[in-house]
Amino acid sequence: MGESIQKVSVVISKGSLDGIYPGLIMANGARAEGIEANLFFTFFGLDAIHRKHHEHIKISTVGNPGLHVPTLVGGIPGVSSVVTHMMEKKMEHLDIPSIPEFIEMIADTGAGIYACKASVDLFGLSKDDFVEQVDDIITVGDFYDRAAGGQIIFT
Amino acid sequence: MTTTTIAGCAVELNDEGFFEHPEQWTREIGEQIARGEGIDPVTPQHWKVIDFMRAAYFAKGTGPTVRVLGKTSGVTIKELYQLFPKGPAKVAAKIAGIPKPKGCI
Repeated sequence: MGESIQKVSVVISKGSLDGIYPGLIMANGARAEGIEANLFFTFFGLDAIHRKHHEHIKISTVGNPGLHVPTLVGGIPGVSSVVTHMMEKKMEHLDIPSIPEFIEMIADTGAGIYACKASVDLFGLSKDDFVEQVDDIITVGDFYDRAAGGQIIFT
Repeated sequence: MTTTTIAGCAVELNDEGFFEHPEQWTREIGEQIARGEGIDPVTPQHWKVIDFMRAAYFAKGTGPTVRVLGKTSGVTIKELYQLFPKGPAKVAAKIAGIPKPKGCI
């Protein structure tokens, strides 16, 4: 076994359920191992920390070969909601927290939670649009400063 | 696996420092391991978590993950990380003399 990891900075850039969870699990898992962690939300990842969207994140059912559902079927109105609902039921059964609860939990572990300034400007958002757990809106340069000395995980 | 002496007792630990045989544990051993992990003093709140982890292990065969700890031990996640900064479930399991809990959340 080599040197242990001391800090990770996880970037979440996607807005789908399957695009958001891996980053949350990495950040939370890092904290559980005593590793310092930062979470940086950019582009559609901002939905995970957006007050109006964070409870309505869906599984991507179109053009998602991993789901084993033909794209034409996945694109039928209502299918993404049904598939998301099925997935959420399974996750509840395994006691995997919902995205809002997970963000709250990760904030409680002491991880830093940040929104990307460039994306915030692009979408015309402000700090009020985000959940209270968001520490700050920062630039990519700030992100690199905070990530310095640790590993960066891009999702 | 190595045999070490802690608080005057011979105990078997795996490569990561977790107990191979939880029955070998005593409170004094737990206290010593805690100090080794940088927890000093070991407060009643620390013991609440340590005792809870041991009880959960003997009841279920595995120690609780951080999420389960936060929901059922009566100690919040925030407080758990204040008590055990290097990872509540991992460090408390080491101090409690039980194997490292398996689980991703």
